[in-house]
Amino acid sequence: MERYYQPEIETLPYEKIREIQNEKIVKQVKHVYENVAYYRNLMDEKGVKPEDIKSVDDIKKLPFLTKADLREAYPYGLLGTDLKNCVRIQSTSGTTGKRVVAFYTQHDIDLWEDCCARAIVAAGGTNEDVCQVCYGYGLFTGGPGLNGGSHKVGCLTLPMSSGNTDRQIQFMMDLNATILCCTPSYAAYIGETLAEKGYKPEDNKLKAGIFGAEPWTEEMRREIEKSLGIKAYDIYGLTETSGPGVAFECSEQRGMHINEDHFYAEIIDPETGEVLPEGEKGELVFTSLDKEAFPLLRYRTRDICVLTREKCSCGRTHVRMSKPMGRSDDMMIIRGVNVFPSQIETVLLNEGYTPNYQIVVDRENNSDTLDIYVELSADQFSDKMAETQKREKVLTDAMRAMLGIGPKIHLVAPKTIVRSEGKAVRVIDKRKLHD
Amino acid sequence: MAIKQLSVFVENKPGRLIPMIKALSDAQINIRAMSIADTQDFGILRLIVSDEKKAKEILSNYSIVTSIEVIAVKISDKAGALCGVLDALGDAGINIEYTYAFTASADFGAYAVMRVEDNAAAEKVLNEKGFATLGNADIDKI
Repeated sequence: MERYYQPEIETLPYEKIREIQNEKIVKQVKHVYENVAYYRNLMDEKGVKPEDIKSVDDIKKLPFLTKADLREAYPYGLLGTDLKNCVRIQSTSGTTGKRVVAFYTQHDIDLWEDCCARAIVAAGGTNEDVCQVCYGYGLFTGGPGLNGGSHKVGCLTLPMSSGNTDRQIQFMMDLNATILCCTPSYAAYIGETLAEKGYKPEDNKLKAGIFGAEPWTEEMRREIEKSLGIKAYDIYGLTETSGPGVAFECSEQRGMHINEDHFYAEIIDPETGEVLPEGEKGELVFTSLDKEAFPLLRYRTRDICVLTREKCSCGRTHVRMSKPMGRSDDMMIIRGVNVFPSQIETVLLNEGYTPNYQIVVDRENNSDTLDIYVELSADQFSDKMAETQKREKVLTDAMRAMLGIGPKIHLVAPKTIVRSEGKAVRVIDKRKLHD
Repeated sequence: MAIKQLSVFVENKPGRLIPMIKALSDAQINIRAMSIADTQDFGILRLIVSDEKKAKEILSNYSIVTSIEVIAVKISDKAGALCGVLDALGDAGINIEYTYAFTASADFGAYAVMRVEDNAAAEKVLNEKGFATLGNADIDKI
Protein backbone atom coordinates (compact mmCIF):
# COMPACT_ATOMS: atom_id res chain seq x y z
CA MET A 1 0.00 0.00 0.00
CA GLU A 2 1.58 3.23 -1.17
CA ARG A 3 1.81 5.94 1.43
CA TYR A 4 2.05 9.69 0.90
CA TYR A 5 3.08 12.54 3.15
CA GLN A 6 0.42 14.86 1.72
CA PRO A 7 -1.93 12.56 -0.21
CA GLU A 8 -4.45 15.33 -0.89
CA ILE A 9 -1.81 17.18 -2.92
CA GLU A 10 0.37 14.36 -4.17
CA THR A 11 -2.45 12.39 -5.78
CA LEU A 12 -4.55 15.33 -6.91
CA PRO A 13 -5.81 15.00 -10.51
CA TYR A 14 -3.71 17.07 -12.89
CA GLU A 15 -6.54 19.51 -13.71
CA LYS A 16 -6.80 20.34 -10.02
CA ILE A 17 -3.03 20.80 -9.73
CA ARG A 18 -3.25 23.24 -12.61
CA GLU A 19 -5.94 25.20 -10.86
CA ILE A 20 -3.67 25.53 -7.84
CA GLN A 21 -0.75 26.50 -10.05
CA ASN A 22 -2.81 29.11 -11.92
CA GLU A 23 -3.95 30.66 -8.70
CA LYS A 24 -0.46 30.68 -7.23
CA ILE A 25 1.45 31.98 -10.26
CA VAL A 26 -0.66 35.13 -10.48
CA LYS A 27 0.16 35.94 -6.86
CA GLN A 28 3.80 34.92 -7.18
CA VAL A 29 4.43 37.13 -10.22
CA LYS A 30 2.70 40.05 -8.52
CA HIS A 31 4.79 39.44 -5.38
CA VAL A 32 8.02 39.39 -7.39
CA TYR A 33 7.11 42.44 -9.46
CA GLU A 34 6.30 44.46 -6.38
CA ASN A 35 9.26 43.35 -4.26
CA VAL A 36 12.16 42.41 -6.52
CA ALA A 37 13.44 45.42 -8.45
CA TYR A 38 15.95 43.30 -10.35
CA TYR A 39 13.26 41.11 -11.87
CA ARG A 40 10.82 44.01 -12.29
CA ASN A 41 13.42 45.63 -14.55
CA LEU A 42 13.72 42.44 -16.58
CA MET A 43 9.93 42.31 -16.99
CA ASP A 44 9.74 45.98 -17.91
CA GLU A 45 12.50 45.52 -20.49
CA LYS A 46 10.49 42.69 -22.01
CA GLY A 47 7.27 44.69 -21.78
CA VAL A 48 5.55 42.13 -19.53
CA LYS A 49 3.20 43.30 -16.79
CA PRO A 50 2.04 41.19 -13.86
CA GLU A 51 -1.51 41.30 -15.20
CA ASP A 52 -0.30 39.58 -18.40
CA ILE A 53 0.22 36.43 -16.34
CA LYS A 54 -3.19 34.89 -15.81
CA SER A 55 -2.23 31.21 -15.74
CA VAL A 56 0.82 28.97 -15.99
CA ASP A 57 0.35 29.06 -19.76
CA ASP A 58 1.52 32.67 -19.61
CA ILE A 59 4.76 31.82 -17.80
CA LYS A 60 6.46 31.55 -21.20
CA LYS A 61 6.04 35.32 -21.55
CA LEU A 62 8.33 35.93 -18.56
CA PRO A 63 12.06 36.60 -18.86
CA PHE A 64 14.54 33.94 -17.81
CA LEU A 65 16.84 34.10 -14.82
CA THR A 66 20.27 32.51 -14.98
CA LYS A 67 23.05 31.85 -12.54
CA ALA A 68 24.71 35.00 -13.88
CA ASP A 69 21.69 37.03 -12.72
CA LEU A 70 21.96 35.48 -9.28
CA ARG A 71 25.61 36.43 -9.06
CA GLU A 72 24.95 39.94 -10.27
CA ALA A 73 22.16 40.38 -7.76
CA TYR A 74 24.26 38.97 -4.89
CA PRO A 75 23.49 39.15 -2.05
CA TYR A 76 20.13 40.95 -1.68
CA GLY A 77 19.12 41.78 -5.26
CA LEU A 78 16.56 38.99 -5.62
CA LEU A 79 15.24 39.14 -2.09
CA GLY A 80 11.45 39.12 -2.16
CA THR A 81 10.71 40.29 1.37
CA ASP A 82 12.13 42.31 4.24
CA LEU A 83 15.15 40.72 5.90
CA LYS A 84 13.28 40.84 9.19
CA ASN A 85 10.88 38.24 7.77
CA CYS A 86 13.73 35.90 6.84
CA VAL A 87 14.90 33.19 9.21
CA ARG A 88 17.66 31.40 7.29
CA ILE A 89 20.12 31.52 4.47
CA GLN A 90 21.65 28.61 2.58
CA SER A 91 24.35 28.88 -0.02
CA THR A 92 25.94 27.10 -2.93
CA SER A 93 29.49 25.89 -2.50
CA GLY A 94 30.70 29.14 -4.06
CA THR A 95 33.65 27.46 -5.69
CA THR A 96 33.70 30.05 -8.46
CA GLY A 97 34.36 32.69 -5.85
CA LYS A 98 30.84 34.09 -6.17
CA ARG A 99 28.36 32.32 -4.00
CA VAL A 100 24.65 32.17 -4.57
CA VAL A 101 22.85 32.96 -1.34
CA ALA A 102 19.22 31.87 -0.93
CA PHE A 103 16.94 33.35 1.72
CA TYR A 104 14.07 31.64 3.51
CA THR A 105 11.13 32.77 5.57
CA GLN A 106 9.60 30.23 7.94
CA HIS A 107 6.95 29.63 5.27
CA ASP A 108 9.71 28.86 2.74
CA ILE A 109 11.44 26.48 5.14
CA ASP A 110 8.13 24.71 5.77
CA LEU A 111 7.37 24.15 2.12
CA TRP A 112 10.91 22.97 1.47
CA GLU A 113 10.79 20.54 4.39
CA ASP A 114 7.36 19.33 3.22
CA CYS A 115 8.95 18.48 -0.11
CA CYS A 116 11.72 16.54 1.64
CA ALA A 117 9.15 14.81 3.84
CA ARG A 118 7.28 13.69 0.70
CA ALA A 119 10.54 12.18 -0.57
CA ILE A 120 11.17 10.35 2.69
CA VAL A 121 7.62 8.93 2.84
CA ALA A 122 7.90 7.92 -0.84
CA ALA A 123 11.00 5.94 0.18
CA GLY A 124 8.92 4.16 2.83
CA GLY A 125 9.69 6.46 5.77
CA THR A 126 7.39 6.56 8.82
CA ASN A 127 7.66 7.76 12.41
CA GLU A 128 9.11 4.34 13.24
CA ASP A 129 12.16 4.92 11.10
CA VAL A 130 15.63 6.02 12.09
CA CYS A 131 16.85 8.42 9.43
CA GLN A 132 20.61 8.91 9.17
CA VAL A 133 21.41 12.15 7.37
CA CYS A 134 25.01 12.28 6.22
CA TYR A 135 24.69 15.11 3.76
CA GLY A 136 26.72 18.08 4.91
CA TYR A 137 25.01 20.35 7.42
CA GLY A 138 25.56 24.07 7.31
CA LEU A 139 25.33 26.31 4.28
CA PHE A 140 24.87 23.30 1.99
CA THR A 141 21.15 22.53 1.59
CA GLY A 142 21.50 18.74 1.71
CA GLY A 143 21.77 18.26 5.46
CA PRO A 144 19.26 20.89 6.65
CA GLY A 145 16.69 19.90 3.99
CA LEU A 146 16.60 16.19 4.73
CA ASN A 147 16.92 16.87 8.45
CA GLY A 148 13.78 19.03 8.34
CA GLY A 149 11.92 16.52 6.19
CA SER A 150 12.86 13.71 8.56
CA HIS A 151 11.51 15.70 11.51
CA LYS A 152 8.23 16.33 9.67
CA VAL A 153 7.80 12.62 9.00
CA GLY A 154 8.60 11.97 12.63
CA CYS A 155 11.63 9.78 12.04
CA LEU A 156 14.27 9.57 14.73
CA THR A 157 16.82 11.77 12.98
CA LEU A 158 20.55 11.16 13.19
CA PRO A 159 22.09 14.50 12.15
CA MET A 160 25.47 13.02 11.26
CA SER A 161 26.60 15.48 8.59
CA SER A 162 29.24 14.23 6.16
CA GLY A 163 32.51 12.40 6.76
CA ASN A 164 33.95 10.31 9.60
CA THR A 165 32.86 7.03 8.05
CA ASP A 166 33.77 4.93 11.10
CA ARG A 167 31.43 7.01 13.23
CA GLN A 168 28.72 6.86 10.55
CA ILE A 169 28.92 3.08 10.59
CA GLN A 170 28.97 2.91 14.38
CA PHE A 171 25.78 4.99 14.65
CA MET A 172 24.18 3.14 11.76
CA MET A 173 24.75 -0.23 13.45
CA ASP A 174 24.28 0.76 17.10
CA LEU A 175 21.16 2.88 16.56
CA ASN A 176 19.61 0.71 13.85
CA ALA A 177 19.36 3.32 11.12
CA THR A 178 16.71 2.35 8.56
CA ILE A 179 17.00 5.21 6.06
CA LEU A 180 20.26 6.66 4.77
CA CYS A 181 20.46 10.11 3.17
CA CYS A 182 23.71 11.13 1.45
CA THR A 183 25.38 11.48 -1.93
CA PRO A 184 25.35 8.27 -3.99
CA SER A 185 29.14 8.14 -4.03
CA TYR A 186 29.25 8.33 -0.25
CA ALA A 187 26.59 5.61 -0.02
CA ALA A 188 28.78 3.42 -2.22
CA TYR A 189 31.76 4.17 -0.03
CA ILE A 190 29.85 3.30 3.14
CA GLY A 191 28.84 0.03 1.45
CA GLU A 192 32.45 -0.79 0.67
CA THR A 193 33.62 0.12 4.14
CA LEU A 194 30.93 -2.06 5.72
CA ALA A 195 32.11 -4.98 3.60
CA GLU A 196 35.73 -4.32 4.56
CA LYS A 197 34.73 -4.42 8.20
CA GLY A 198 33.19 -7.83 7.59
CA TYR A 199 29.53 -6.81 7.62
CA LYS A 200 27.14 -8.48 5.19
CA PRO A 201 24.35 -6.43 3.55
CA GLU A 202 21.77 -8.11 5.82
CA ASP A 203 23.67 -7.12 8.97
CA ASN A 204 22.39 -3.54 8.85
CA LYS A 205 18.78 -2.46 9.41
CA LEU A 206 18.69 -0.06 6.45
CA LYS A 207 15.75 -0.44 4.09
CA ALA A 208 16.04 2.66 1.92
CA GLY A 209 18.46 5.34 0.86
CA ILE A 210 17.72 8.82 -0.51
CA PHE A 211 20.65 9.86 -2.63
CA GLY A 212 21.24 13.03 -4.63
CA ALA A 213 23.36 16.15 -5.18
CA GLU A 214 25.42 14.49 -7.89
CA PRO A 215 24.83 12.46 -11.04
CA TRP A 216 24.71 8.68 -10.76
CA THR A 217 23.91 5.78 -13.02
CA GLU A 218 21.52 2.83 -12.87
CA GLU A 219 24.54 0.53 -12.48
CA MET A 220 25.63 2.53 -9.48
CA ARG A 221 22.11 2.32 -8.06
CA ARG A 222 22.16 -1.47 -8.37
CA GLU A 223 25.58 -1.68 -6.74
CA ILE A 224 24.53 0.49 -3.81
CA GLU A 225 21.27 -1.44 -3.41
CA LYS A 226 23.22 -4.69 -3.36
CA SER A 227 26.00 -3.60 -1.04
CA LEU A 228 23.67 -2.04 1.55
CA GLY A 229 20.68 -4.35 1.04
CA ILE A 230 18.33 -1.40 0.41
CA LYS A 231 16.20 0.28 -2.21
CA ALA A 232 17.90 3.45 -3.45
CA TYR A 233 15.85 6.54 -4.33
CA ASP A 234 17.02 9.55 -6.29
CA ILE A 235 16.29 13.10 -5.13
CA TYR A 236 16.77 16.37 -7.03
CA GLY A 237 17.00 19.98 -6.08
CA LEU A 238 19.18 23.03 -6.16
CA THR A 239 19.90 25.78 -3.67
CA GLU A 240 18.34 28.35 -6.00
CA THR A 241 14.93 26.65 -5.80
CA SER A 242 15.17 25.67 -2.07
CA GLY A 243 17.38 22.60 -1.96
CA PRO A 244 16.80 18.87 -2.28
CA GLY A 245 13.22 17.70 -2.61
CA VAL A 246 12.16 19.79 -5.60
CA ALA A 247 11.71 16.37 -7.19
CA PHE A 248 12.00 12.86 -5.78
CA GLU A 249 11.64 9.25 -6.80
CA CYS A 250 8.85 6.91 -5.80
CA SER A 251 9.08 3.12 -5.53
CA GLU A 252 8.64 2.87 -9.32
CA GLN A 253 12.15 4.36 -9.70
CA ARG A 254 11.19 5.71 -13.11
CA GLY A 255 11.81 9.42 -12.95
CA MET A 256 11.37 11.92 -10.15
CA HIS A 257 8.02 13.49 -9.30
CA ILE A 258 8.34 17.27 -9.29
CA ASN A 259 6.52 18.96 -6.41
CA GLU A 260 4.61 21.03 -8.90
CA ASP A 261 2.27 22.61 -6.40
CA HIS A 262 5.37 24.60 -5.40
CA PHE A 263 7.58 24.51 -8.50
CA TYR A 264 6.43 24.85 -12.09
CA ALA A 265 8.70 23.04 -14.53
CA GLU A 266 9.29 23.79 -18.19
CA ILE A 267 11.61 22.22 -20.73
CA ILE A 268 13.12 24.69 -23.16
CA ASP A 269 15.43 24.61 -26.12
CA PRO A 270 18.66 25.88 -24.55
CA GLU A 271 19.63 27.66 -27.77
CA THR A 272 16.40 29.48 -28.58
CA GLY A 273 14.70 29.55 -25.19
CA GLU A 274 11.54 28.19 -26.79
CA VAL A 275 9.32 25.95 -24.64
CA LEU A 276 9.36 22.34 -25.85
CA PRO A 277 6.43 19.93 -25.69
CA GLU A 278 6.22 17.16 -23.11
CA GLY A 279 8.57 14.27 -23.80
CA GLU A 280 11.19 16.36 -25.58
CA LYS A 281 14.69 16.68 -24.23
CA GLY A 282 15.82 20.14 -23.23
CA GLU A 283 16.86 22.42 -20.41
CA LEU A 284 14.86 22.30 -17.21
CA VAL A 285 13.48 25.66 -16.06
CA PHE A 286 11.81 26.20 -12.69
CA THR A 287 9.38 28.84 -11.54
CA SER A 288 8.63 28.99 -7.84
CA LEU A 289 4.90 29.29 -7.17
CA ASP A 290 4.63 30.32 -3.56
CA LYS A 291 7.97 31.37 -2.16
CA GLU A 292 8.34 34.56 -0.14
CA ALA A 293 12.00 35.31 0.45
CA PHE A 294 13.69 33.98 -2.66
CA PRO A 295 11.10 33.58 -5.40
CA LEU A 296 12.69 32.79 -8.74
CA LEU A 297 10.70 32.99 -11.97
CA ARG A 298 11.92 30.92 -14.93
CA TYR A 299 15.25 29.96 -13.44
CA ARG A 300 17.37 28.09 -15.95
CA THR A 301 18.92 25.08 -14.20
CA ARG A 302 21.20 24.17 -17.15
CA ASP A 303 20.26 20.54 -16.49
CA ILE A 304 19.11 18.70 -19.59
CA CYS A 305 16.23 16.30 -19.04
CA VAL A 306 12.78 15.13 -20.17
CA LEU A 307 9.39 15.56 -18.47
CA THR A 308 6.57 13.03 -18.62
CA ARG A 309 2.96 13.07 -17.48
CA GLU A 310 2.51 9.36 -18.06
CA LYS A 311 0.48 7.81 -15.28
CA CYS A 312 2.68 6.51 -12.47
CA SER A 313 1.60 3.34 -10.70
CA CYS A 314 2.55 4.85 -7.33
CA GLY A 315 -0.58 7.00 -7.56
CA ARG A 316 1.23 10.32 -7.54
CA THR A 317 -0.04 12.61 -10.23
CA HIS A 318 2.82 15.09 -10.30
CA VAL A 319 4.90 15.34 -13.45
CA ARG A 320 8.09 13.29 -13.52
CA MET A 321 11.52 14.44 -14.67
CA SER A 322 14.18 12.08 -15.93
CA LYS A 323 17.58 12.02 -14.32
CA PRO A 324 19.51 14.97 -15.76
CA MET A 325 21.25 13.73 -18.92
CA GLY A 326 23.84 16.44 -19.07
CA ARG A 327 24.31 20.17 -18.86
CA SER A 328 23.62 22.94 -21.31
CA ASP A 329 26.77 24.69 -20.09
CA ASP A 330 30.19 23.20 -19.45
CA MET A 331 29.78 22.70 -15.72
CA MET A 332 30.86 19.33 -14.37
CA ILE A 333 29.66 17.88 -11.10
CA ILE A 334 32.59 16.05 -9.55
CA ARG A 335 32.17 14.39 -6.17
CA GLY A 336 29.13 16.58 -5.64
CA VAL A 337 31.04 19.78 -6.33
CA ASN A 338 30.33 22.06 -9.28
CA VAL A 339 33.45 22.55 -11.37
CA PHE A 340 33.84 24.79 -14.41
CA PRO A 341 36.77 24.32 -16.83
CA SER A 342 37.23 28.10 -16.69
CA GLN A 343 38.17 27.84 -13.01
CA ILE A 344 40.87 25.30 -13.86
CA GLU A 345 42.16 27.53 -16.63
CA THR A 346 42.30 30.50 -14.27
CA VAL A 347 44.47 28.60 -11.80
CA LEU A 348 46.80 27.42 -14.56
CA LEU A 349 47.31 30.94 -15.88
CA ASN A 350 47.78 32.32 -12.36
CA GLU A 351 50.44 29.71 -11.71
CA GLY A 352 52.27 30.57 -14.90
CA TYR A 353 51.24 27.64 -17.07
CA THR A 354 50.12 27.75 -20.68
CA PRO A 355 46.41 27.31 -21.38
CA ASN A 356 47.20 23.96 -22.99
CA TYR A 357 45.53 21.48 -20.73
CA GLN A 358 43.11 18.62 -20.70
CA ILE A 359 40.66 17.61 -18.00
CA VAL A 360 39.74 13.94 -17.66
CA VAL A 361 36.87 13.00 -15.38
CA ASP A 362 36.27 9.35 -14.64
CA ARG A 363 34.74 7.20 -11.98
CA GLU A 364 36.66 4.52 -10.15
CA ASN A 365 35.01 2.40 -7.48
CA ASN A 366 32.00 4.70 -7.63
CA SER A 367 34.05 7.75 -6.77
CA ASP A 368 34.78 10.52 -9.25
CA THR A 369 38.34 11.15 -10.31
CA LEU A 370 39.64 14.41 -11.76
CA ASP A 371 42.88 14.35 -13.70
CA ILE A 372 44.36 17.50 -15.17
CA TYR A 373 47.07 17.22 -17.82
CA VAL A 374 49.17 20.35 -18.08
CA GLU A 375 51.98 21.14 -20.47
CA LEU A 376 55.19 22.16 -18.82
CA SER A 377 57.18 24.92 -20.49
CA ALA A 378 60.96 24.95 -20.84
CA ASP A 379 61.50 27.61 -18.17
CA GLN A 380 59.44 25.60 -15.68
CA PHE A 381 61.45 22.44 -16.05
CA SER A 382 64.13 21.73 -13.52
CA ASP A 383 66.77 19.05 -13.67
CA LYS A 384 66.11 18.53 -9.98
CA MET A 385 63.34 16.02 -9.42
CA ALA A 386 62.27 17.56 -6.14
CA GLU A 387 61.60 20.91 -7.77
CA THR A 388 59.42 19.47 -10.49
CA GLN A 389 57.53 17.39 -7.93
CA LYS A 390 57.06 20.51 -5.85
CA ARG A 391 55.54 22.20 -8.90
CA GLU A 392 52.97 19.44 -9.05
CA LYS A 393 52.16 19.86 -5.40
CA VAL A 394 51.86 23.66 -5.57
CA LEU A 395 49.53 23.36 -8.56
CA THR A 396 47.46 20.65 -6.85
CA ASP A 397 47.07 22.83 -3.76
CA ALA A 398 46.08 25.88 -5.84
CA MET A 399 43.49 23.77 -7.69
CA ARG A 400 42.10 22.42 -4.43
CA ALA A 401 41.78 25.93 -3.04
CA MET A 402 39.86 27.07 -6.14
CA LEU A 403 37.74 24.01 -6.83
CA GLY A 404 37.11 22.62 -3.38
CA ILE A 405 38.30 19.20 -4.52
CA GLY A 406 41.82 18.00 -5.17
CA PRO A 407 42.70 16.89 -8.70
CA LYS A 408 45.56 14.66 -9.81
CA ILE A 409 47.97 16.87 -11.74
CA HIS A 410 49.98 15.38 -14.59
CA LEU A 411 52.76 17.51 -16.00
CA VAL A 412 53.37 16.61 -19.62
CA ALA A 413 55.85 17.65 -22.27
CA PRO A 414 55.08 20.67 -24.47
CA LYS A 415 52.97 20.05 -27.57
CA THR A 416 51.81 16.64 -26.34
CA ILE A 417 48.22 17.68 -25.65
CA VAL A 418 46.38 17.23 -28.91
CA ARG A 419 45.49 20.52 -30.55
CA SER A 420 42.23 20.39 -32.36
CA GLU A 421 41.15 22.70 -35.11
CA GLY A 422 38.57 25.11 -33.83
CA LYS A 423 37.23 24.46 -30.36
CA ALA A 424 39.72 22.59 -28.22
CA VAL A 425 38.61 19.42 -26.49
CA ARG A 426 39.32 20.49 -22.94
CA VAL A 427 37.15 18.04 -21.07
CA ILE A 428 36.86 14.30 -21.45
CA ASP A 429 34.17 12.86 -19.21
CA LYS A 430 34.50 9.09 -19.19
CA ARG A 431 31.89 8.49 -16.51
CA LYS A 432 29.20 7.46 -18.99
CA LEU A 433 26.49 8.81 -16.73
CA HIS A 434 24.13 9.37 -19.60
CA ASP A 435 23.05 7.50 -22.72
CA MET B 1 86.18 21.89 -15.29
CA ALA B 2 82.83 20.18 -15.02
CA ILE B 3 81.04 18.52 -17.91
CA LYS B 4 77.83 19.20 -19.80
CA GLN B 5 74.83 17.04 -19.15
CA LEU B 6 71.52 17.09 -20.95
CA SER B 7 68.38 16.72 -18.83
CA VAL B 8 65.21 15.78 -20.66
CA PHE B 9 61.65 15.78 -19.36
CA VAL B 10 60.03 12.46 -20.30
CA GLU B 11 56.50 11.39 -19.60
CA ASN B 12 56.33 8.04 -17.86
CA LYS B 13 54.53 6.27 -20.69
CA PRO B 14 55.48 3.38 -22.95
CA GLY B 15 57.25 4.41 -26.14
CA ARG B 16 58.30 7.90 -25.04
CA LEU B 17 62.01 7.13 -24.86
CA ILE B 18 62.53 5.16 -28.08
CA PRO B 19 62.15 7.95 -30.66
CA MET B 20 64.58 10.18 -28.75
CA ILE B 21 67.25 7.54 -28.45
CA LYS B 22 66.76 6.52 -32.07
CA ALA B 23 67.14 10.10 -33.26
CA LEU B 24 70.46 10.34 -31.40
CA SER B 25 71.52 7.07 -32.96
CA ASP B 26 70.60 8.30 -36.46
CA ALA B 27 72.78 11.36 -35.85
CA GLN B 28 75.70 9.15 -34.82
CA ILE B 29 75.70 10.60 -31.31
CA ASN B 30 77.24 8.34 -28.73
CA ILE B 31 75.68 8.17 -25.28
CA ARG B 32 78.54 7.97 -22.81
CA ALA B 33 76.46 7.89 -19.67
CA MET B 34 72.78 7.82 -18.92
CA SER B 35 70.40 7.77 -16.00
CA ILE B 36 66.66 8.09 -15.58
CA ALA B 37 65.00 9.35 -12.43
CA ASP B 38 61.30 8.65 -12.40
CA THR B 39 58.05 9.27 -10.58
CA GLN B 40 54.72 7.74 -11.40
CA ASP B 41 53.99 10.41 -14.00
CA PHE B 42 57.24 11.62 -15.43
CA GLY B 43 60.94 11.02 -15.50
CA ILE B 44 64.07 13.03 -16.04
CA LEU B 45 66.44 11.50 -18.55
CA ARG B 46 70.02 12.56 -17.95
CA LEU B 47 72.60 12.06 -20.66
CA ILE B 48 76.24 12.69 -21.25
CA VAL B 49 76.85 12.50 -24.97
CA SER B 50 79.58 12.88 -27.52
CA ASP B 51 78.06 15.97 -29.19
CA GLU B 52 76.11 17.91 -26.59
CA LYS B 53 74.99 20.80 -28.83
CA LYS B 54 73.70 18.63 -31.61
CA ALA B 55 72.03 16.23 -29.19
CA LYS B 56 70.23 19.09 -27.49
CA GLU B 57 68.93 20.34 -30.81
CA ILE B 58 67.66 16.90 -31.73
CA LEU B 59 66.04 16.15 -28.38
CA SER B 60 64.31 19.52 -28.31
CA ASN B 61 62.05 18.20 -31.05
CA TYR B 62 60.66 15.72 -28.55
CA SER B 63 60.52 17.41 -25.17
CA ILE B 64 62.03 19.97 -22.87
CA VAL B 65 65.82 19.75 -22.75
CA THR B 66 68.12 21.72 -20.53
CA SER B 67 71.87 21.68 -20.56
CA ILE B 68 73.57 21.88 -17.19
CA GLU B 69 77.02 21.33 -15.79
CA VAL B 70 77.79 18.44 -13.50
CA ILE B 71 81.00 17.03 -12.17
CA ALA B 72 82.38 13.62 -13.08
CA VAL B 73 84.92 12.16 -10.70
CA LYS B 74 87.14 9.20 -11.38
CA ILE B 75 86.93 6.43 -8.82
CA SER B 76 89.46 3.67 -8.56
CA ASP B 77 88.05 0.22 -9.01
CA LYS B 78 88.43 -1.06 -5.47
CA ALA B 79 86.24 -1.53 -2.44
CA GLY B 80 85.63 1.62 -0.46
CA ALA B 81 86.76 4.02 -3.17
CA LEU B 82 83.41 5.78 -3.39
CA CYS B 83 83.47 6.29 0.37
CA GLY B 84 86.51 8.49 0.02
CA VAL B 85 84.72 10.73 -2.50
CA LEU B 86 81.58 10.95 -0.42
CA ASP B 87 83.53 11.63 2.74
CA ALA B 88 85.42 14.45 1.10
CA LEU B 89 82.22 16.13 -0.06
CA GLY B 90 80.39 15.41 3.16
CA ASP B 91 83.17 16.87 5.27
CA ALA B 92 83.04 20.02 3.15
CA GLY B 93 79.27 20.26 3.67
CA ILE B 94 78.52 19.73 -0.01
CA ASN B 95 75.16 18.14 -0.74
CA ILE B 96 74.79 15.77 -3.70
CA GLU B 97 71.48 16.31 -5.49
CA TYR B 98 71.85 13.07 -7.43
CA THR B 99 74.56 10.81 -8.74
CA TYR B 100 75.02 8.00 -11.22
CA ALA B 101 77.99 6.04 -12.45
CA PHE B 102 79.45 4.87 -15.72
CA THR B 103 82.59 3.13 -16.92
CA ALA B 104 84.74 4.52 -19.64
CA SER B 105 85.76 2.39 -22.61
CA ALA B 106 89.25 3.81 -23.10
CA ASP B 107 90.69 3.64 -19.61
CA PHE B 108 88.15 1.17 -18.15
CA GLY B 109 87.84 3.62 -15.29
CA ALA B 110 84.75 4.05 -13.14
CA TYR B 111 83.27 7.54 -12.99
CA ALA B 112 80.59 9.03 -10.76
CA VAL B 113 78.56 11.91 -12.18
CA MET B 114 77.31 14.25 -9.49
CA ARG B 115 74.98 17.19 -9.43
CA VAL B 116 76.00 19.60 -6.69
CA GLU B 117 75.15 23.21 -5.99
CA ASP B 118 78.64 24.60 -6.61
CA ASN B 119 80.70 22.63 -9.11
CA ALA B 120 83.88 24.63 -8.61
CA ALA B 121 83.81 24.20 -4.83
CA ALA B 122 83.16 20.47 -5.10
CA GLU B 123 85.90 19.97 -7.63
CA LYS B 124 88.34 21.93 -5.53
CA VAL B 125 87.63 19.71 -2.54
CA LEU B 126 87.93 16.53 -4.58
CA ASN B 127 91.07 17.56 -6.41
CA GLU B 128 92.74 18.51 -3.16
CA LYS B 129 92.01 15.01 -1.87
CA GLY B 130 93.55 13.58 -5.01
CA PHE B 131 90.43 12.67 -6.96
CA ALA B 132 90.55 13.45 -10.68
CA THR B 133 87.57 15.15 -12.28
CA LEU B 134 86.66 15.34 -15.95
CA GLY B 135 86.24 18.31 -18.26
CA ASN B 136 84.25 18.46 -21.47
CA ALA B 137 87.31 17.81 -23.58
CA ASP B 138 87.92 14.56 -21.70
CA ILE B 139 84.57 13.04 -22.63
CA ASP B 140 85.71 11.99 -26.10
CA LYS B 141 89.01 10.65 -24.86
CA ILE B 142 87.94 8.27 -22.16
